[in-house]
Amino acid sequence: MSAITCSLELKDLRKNFGKTEIIRGANLKVQAGERVAIIGPNGAGKSTLFNLISGRFEPTSGEVLLNGQRIDGKKPFEINRLGLSRSFQITNIFPKLSVFENLRCGVLWSLGYKYTFLRFLADLDDANQRAEELMAMIKLDKKRDVLATNLTYAEQRALEIGITIAGGASVILLDEPTAGMSRSETSRFISLIKEVTVGKTLLTVEHDMGVVFGLADKIAVVVYGEIIAYDTPEAVRADQRVQEAYLGSSVADAQAGGH
Amino acid sequence: MATTPYYQFKPYNVGRWLLWTLYALLLIAAPLMFKSSLALTMLSQAGYLVIICLSYNILLGQGGMLSFGHAVYAGLGSFLAVHAMNLAGKGTFYIPLSLIPLVGGLSGLFFAVLFGYVTTKKAGTTFAMITLGVGELVFAMSLMFPEFFGGEGGITTNRAYGKPVFGISFGPQIQVYYLIAVYCFICTAAMFAFTRTPLGRILNAVRDNPERVEFIGYNTQRVRYYAFIIAGFFAGIGGGLAAINSEIVTAEVVSGVRSGSLLLFTFLGGATFFFGPIIGAGLLVVALILLSELSMAWLLYVGLIFLFMVMYAPGGIASLIMMNLRVAAFGKLRELWVGYLGLAVTAFTALTGAAAMVEMVYHLQLNAALGPELGFMGVRLNATNLNSWLGAGFVLATGLGLFELTRRQFLTQWSEVQDDIEKEIKRRELL
Repeated sequence: MSAITCSLELKDLRKNFGKTEIIRGANLKVQAGERVAIIGPNGAGKSTLFNLISGRFEPTSGEVLLNGQRIDGKKPFEINRLGLSRSFQITNIFPKLSVFENLRCGVLWSLGYKYTFLRFLADLDDANQRAEELMAMIKLDKKRDVLATNLTYAEQRALEIGITIAGGASVILLDEPTAGMSRSETSRFISLIKEVTVGKTLLTVEHDMGVVFGLADKIAVVVYGEIIAYDTPEAVRADQRVQEAYLGSSVADAQAGGH
Repeated sequence: MATTPYYQFKPYNVGRWLLWTLYALLLIAAPLMFKSSLALTMLSQAGYLVIICLSYNILLGQGGMLSFGHAVYAGLGSFLAVHAMNLAGKGTFYIPLSLIPLVGGLSGLFFAVLFGYVTTKKAGTTFAMITLGVGELVFAMSLMFPEFFGGEGGITTNRAYGKPVFGISFGPQIQVYYLIAVYCFICTAAMFAFTRTPLGRILNAVRDNPERVEFIGYNTQRVRYYAFIIAGFFAGIGGGLAAINSEIVTAEVVSGVRSGSLLLFTFLGGATFFFGPIIGAGLLVVALILLSELSMAWLLYVGLIFLFMVMYAPGGIASLIMMNLRVAAFGKLRELWVGYLGLAVTAFTALTGAAAMVEMVYHLQLNAALGPELGFMGVRLNATNLNSWLGAGFVLATGLGLFELTRRQFLTQWSEVQDDIEKEIKRRELL
């Protein structure tokens, strides 16, 4: 072993939209199994960062490495096949398919069924079993045959996570998973996320500081397209630059709240 | 009526076997029940149109791809089938007539592979535009290559070229009907099976949310392309059967008009349910053969019905059936029948008034030599007389007004029934 390869690594990642630089040289190293929360003020570029990593946008320059392999410039489905999966800030599911079908769609590629039309879905025991397991994990097993569009908001968010983890990716990106949820829903949801991402590398964009300090091993602070701090929650809390640049009060509040 | 249908998927249920048996029996028994030659012509046409409409729905209903050029694949299937029949007739090679539809199918597949690669690069509006372009391209080519497309007169053939096998020469229409019926059943079953395969399901996912599909490992472009090829194959089979049935193929079969009518009737039948296009194909035949006999303005009526459906029942007839089956399953249909009767009577009144006016206009324009009088539903109308126009206008206005009133009342009643059903479902869930 010459060097330890990171689960996910960003090297001087840049993205311009026209003349505007949105991501201005982001560097990040995430070790396997780490839970990283990405925080930062609105418009700092957190979602853009996710879009660059997951292949939704192509970076202007710089590198993204997944388990040591370059994935920048690849298509989303190629990146997904290499073991990186993401969720979306705005619920992004298959509205006219049932909960079960949503999840089964999520597992098909990873089980190697690809584009086959010579086998019946009903006979794919492994896919069906995996979809049932996922459904139990995200606690929607009572809603098996309900169309996704008819679920409540919180249920749709859970389904979103379910589809994201369905393919068994080792690196999971969650973009504001608790956005729009009530406090009690949020805390239940966070324990759900912890449960279903055991053993995986997790990156999550989050606004709720309580959630951030409860969930993350490390925090990356994004301000104006740069990662200005990347450390353990305690160290980030104490970081002077973070307190100045980011909403210092919010971090201080969270500290005072004893999370 | 924008409620979401409540239905469940059960892999092996008695109902399904029963439905398929009934479908087979219907195909077998139809020509025994309706013995006239007109009926047989209609049934034969319906048989291959079912295949073509179902294949179109792989794109429209299952994949969310609005194609304006699906007739290209059915039509080219027809042309290659007709050429194969002529070559076989000349003795260049031997191929039994019963396999000619497969020649059509493989041609449809070949051209779908060829054109589909470009077409399915993009989804949505771009996809629709490219299909339109490809459709025009192929239709324009029909004028450039008269050897292949037969020019104005088209290409004729004789389907009874082979030696009769077991007394089957495929000369008589009834034998052709049963050939079509066999293909119709097999293709319907195959296309239904397709909806239950991984590719079929991912195609639904691509319809619902293509972006998300890219993030679960699938290349949406590939999914669309493969579905397009499969649709092309079945369309070609339908086209091959059409060539056998009519023994003549003209360039019109690849035209945009033909593509448009496939879209229109698939939609009318209902794109959201698998069986919708079967109803659509039936309506298409009725419109083509019966309605066109009844009135010169038949296309106008078809257009009006289409508009009406798009506005009030975007799920087509199939969704109307399924919604009412659901109501019936909860024993609530009895509460609605008065409403339905009211809707039917008022709609019919409005339609009568509108039809009278349409017919008078057509009469003035096209049959002026026959004098201003025309018969309409047992009444003599005078197209130059104000009274006839006022009368028709009055009937139309009364019909429309009453229809709107009935419709509003029906909507309240309908939503009450739906609420009751929702409550009932909730109650059963708790049990």
